[in-house]
Amino acid sequence: MSQPLVAISGLTVAFNGVPALRGIDLEVGPGEAVGLVGESGSGKSVTWLAALGLLPETARVAGSVRLGGEELLGAPPARLDTIRGGRVAMIFQDPASALNPVHRIGKQIGEALRLHRGLTGAAARAETIRLLEQVGIPDPARRIDIFPHEMSGGQNQRVMIAMALAGQPELLIADEPTTALDATIQAQILDLLSRLRAETGMALVLISHDLGVVADLCDRVGVMYAGRIVEQAAAATLFAHPAHPYTAGLLAALPDMDGPRRRLEAIPGFVPEPWAMPPGCAFAPRCAFATADCAAATPASAEITPAHHVACLHPARSTPAAHPARNLHP
Amino acid sequence: MMPLLTLEAASRTYRTRHGLFGKPSDVRAVDRVSLEVAPGRTLGIVGESGCGKSTTGRLALGLETPDAGSVRFRNTAMPPQGSAEWPALRRHMQLVFQDPLGAMDRRLTIAAQIAEPLHIHNIGSPAERAERVAALLRDVGLRPDQAARHPHELSGGQRQRAVLARALATDPALLVCDEPISALDVSIQAQIVNMLADLQAARGIAILFISHDLKVIRQISHDIAVMYLGRVVERGDPDTIFAAPIHPYTKALVSAVPTPGPRRRERIVLTGEPPNPADRPTGCAFHPRCPAAMALCRAEDPPAVTLPDGREVACHLALTPDRIAA
Amino acid sequence: MLRFFAIRLGRALLTIVLVVTFAFVVLRLSGDPAITIMSPEAPPEALAAFRQAWGLDQPIWIQYLRYFGAIFQGELGQSMRDGRPAIVLVAERIPATLALTIPAFLLKIGLGIPAGVYAALHRNSWTDRAVMAGAVAGFTVPSFVLGLILVLVFAVQLGWLPSGGQDSWRSAILPIITMALGGAGVLARFTRSAMLEVLGQPFIRTASAKGVPWPQVVRGHALPNAAIPTVTIVGFMVGSLIAGAVVVESVFSWPGVGRLLVVAVANRDLAVVQCILLAVASTMVISNLTVDLLYGVLDPRLRARTS
Repeated sequence: MSQPLVAISGLTVAFNGVPALRGIDLEVGPGEAVGLVGESGSGKSVTWLAALGLLPETARVAGSVRLGGEELLGAPPARLDTIRGGRVAMIFQDPASALNPVHRIGKQIGEALRLHRGLTGAAARAETIRLLEQVGIPDPARRIDIFPHEMSGGQNQRVMIAMALAGQPELLIADEPTTALDATIQAQILDLLSRLRAETGMALVLISHDLGVVADLCDRVGVMYAGRIVEQAAAATLFAHPAHPYTAGLLAALPDMDGPRRRLEAIPGFVPEPWAMPPGCAFAPRCAFATADCAAATPASAEITPAHHVACLHPARSTPAAHPARNLHP
Repeated sequence: MMPLLTLEAASRTYRTRHGLFGKPSDVRAVDRVSLEVAPGRTLGIVGESGCGKSTTGRLALGLETPDAGSVRFRNTAMPPQGSAEWPALRRHMQLVFQDPLGAMDRRLTIAAQIAEPLHIHNIGSPAERAERVAALLRDVGLRPDQAARHPHELSGGQRQRAVLARALATDPALLVCDEPISALDVSIQAQIVNMLADLQAARGIAILFISHDLKVIRQISHDIAVMYLGRVVERGDPDTIFAAPIHPYTKALVSAVPTPGPRRRERIVLTGEPPNPADRPTGCAFHPRCPAAMALCRAEDPPAVTLPDGREVACHLALTPDRIAA
Repeated sequence: MLRFFAIRLGRALLTIVLVVTFAFVVLRLSGDPAITIMSPEAPPEALAAFRQAWGLDQPIWIQYLRYFGAIFQGELGQSMRDGRPAIVLVAERIPATLALTIPAFLLKIGLGIPAGVYAALHRNSWTDRAVMAGAVAGFTVPSFVLGLILVLVFAVQLGWLPSGGQDSWRSAILPIITMALGGAGVLARFTRSAMLEVLGQPFIRTASAKGVPWPQVVRGHALPNAAIPTVTIVGFMVGSLIAGAVVVESVFSWPGVGRLLVVAVANRDLAVVQCILLAVASTMVISNLTVDLLYGVLDPRLRARTS
């Protein structure tokens, strides 16, 4: 990769002394689409909220987040305000509550236009209508003056995306953008995101609990578990040859849409609570391949094949025949 | 085999008003739905929010009364709520829904919650009840020491196990599960899906499984029904339907399922959103979003027809098979 | 919209009728005005004449009907004590009461809302705790105790301000402060919790994520939403502009409606009591209506439902 757009290294976050992120290293290149998957509490959202300074003051954040060489952690608030919604925009899970209920949607988009592009009055209104049109809101000239509650969840998410585009971002962070939406609407939003990426050339970070959603849209995928990225690779590599037992386990736990039905291979146990982390590898207590070494120290991330990073002492080697996800637990 | 539960052209209509002064209008939440669940089998109902799948579940439980058509359990009509037969019926059918914490009493221990139905239905002596609770806990994979815990001391998956144990306490013949695993993490979902399959195999219980997740529906169901705006648009064997859906709505749903790995079929992106049930399109309710809609679709609601492969489809295209290929 | 108003107005009228009826029943059953006004030792003929003059010899339900008949003709009766129309007696006192309650009301808002907002923005800091401790003290200490403490400190000890009466504008200061502190405490607590609720909403994070500077997030996104629940309590305070001064007027011997009410109740001076209750009930009802309309202005979600 050439000069990365965003480079996160050694990022840690703790809430009231309880660690939520335990050392994140992640790079996003210009125009690249990176997926972050993990279950609830794995830290996938916290990573980006921390990077943009959006966590409450009680959070202890350390490490480094650089945007095009500029350090964001500890940057003055005024500087962060120009970056947020400008170079880096973010959309969230539940669009109905992510928009302010007392302001018209046009006003909410207009606010971003004023802050980041200095547009006001008629120019801002024209640009707002163009943005609404770009994200596929029908009859935008009329819809610009309605309130969020007068629209469906899917349309609210489109408005959120329009608001994100207002600052002409180089990176859009989409945090579970389709989780609250119905299947056919989810398809529409994913389609929209991939079209916008092609149109604008912006980079995309897609945060999701759904491996399928990420597979659809992303070039590269990171899998998170208990506050760490345990595996990172190109999407095709990751889904074909998962090397970390957790990634393989997640894939095996998903039912198929075709082929013969098989019994699901559930990962035993449950995600450890952040205040009761097991020593060493956090996944070891649930892992079929764990040995005594696994509890000794947190495994460092290693590049097992080019651009395929795994933090595991016993990773599966990338020979498709030897280690397909399906036969992980004999 | 004689079905345990039969819905025959069951409809449920609500009267609503738009705003304080709007004209009252009828919302057909469930429209002429016919379904069957046999003992030991699972019927999966899949559809998006507002398609009537939860109302169908409530009709199946007798919690709602159909305005037209019939709902029969063991070939007898559902008794009205409050009648003498009502409590007996409750013993035989149980509901499990999405949020286990909301379904539990936060002040009671897990054991007390599981024992509650036994008290209500006066089943067993105190000693037998304790034994039964212990057995139920074992069946759903909870440890004996977790019996004394309170709901908030368990994880989401463990709570849903406890809710299932409570539902099974009266040894019901039918379990209605409304999005039972949607709130759980992927790795935990698989645990619960497997457990439901095991429980069904061991007890011969019939399950009505309601979900928006096609992958889970396919995994767990022997039969499936796809619903759109109150109607069943396609019904039959899950492998047949998901491998080659015929109704354009099912086609779109199946194509939109996010699967890890390379995409096998082109995603069909429907335009627009499901219409407001109070403002139902004429003819086939799906026609405004349907890529294959014809003039007939706008005029006439298609009847459900049974095809040679055994599935039932409500689509004009299915009636003119030469057009399916087109 | 018209139907909405008709329903609200009907409900308001019913409230007023109930209040007046309740007062009538309680006052008439709890003592004989003839005896309280004339004295128990008055000759029986005089008492009988008094009762006849005021219609007190009639069965109670006839008195009630007559009373209501009169109200609907705009006739609120006369004071049994000095024979003047009750409405004049009450109207005379209203300016004095408003001279206390309006400044007190403004002070409640001017102190309570900023204190609540400040506390919410500095949640769990020592300033938050200090503000909230003050607020709790403000509304838990009864106003007659607070009034007496203020008198003790500022009138008796320091001698800066008069302890009562209505001699100059300076006499109004202590009663106004006494009234304002309690209300400001209630309002501060209410505003704080409304703000905290709003600050935890996802749209606040959205605003920050699009680069809105924090002061603008608070002003443009948090406050308009927090105003919605706060309006309820402010409306309640407007409703008590006339009734809220009973205790404080008594403590500071301020000649307002509140003191008139205390005297009238003691005398079973029915017409005056009911006239005051009618005025109180009307302000309450009007302020409630205003609050409902304000909701519509502040919250577009409600606007859609009623229009």
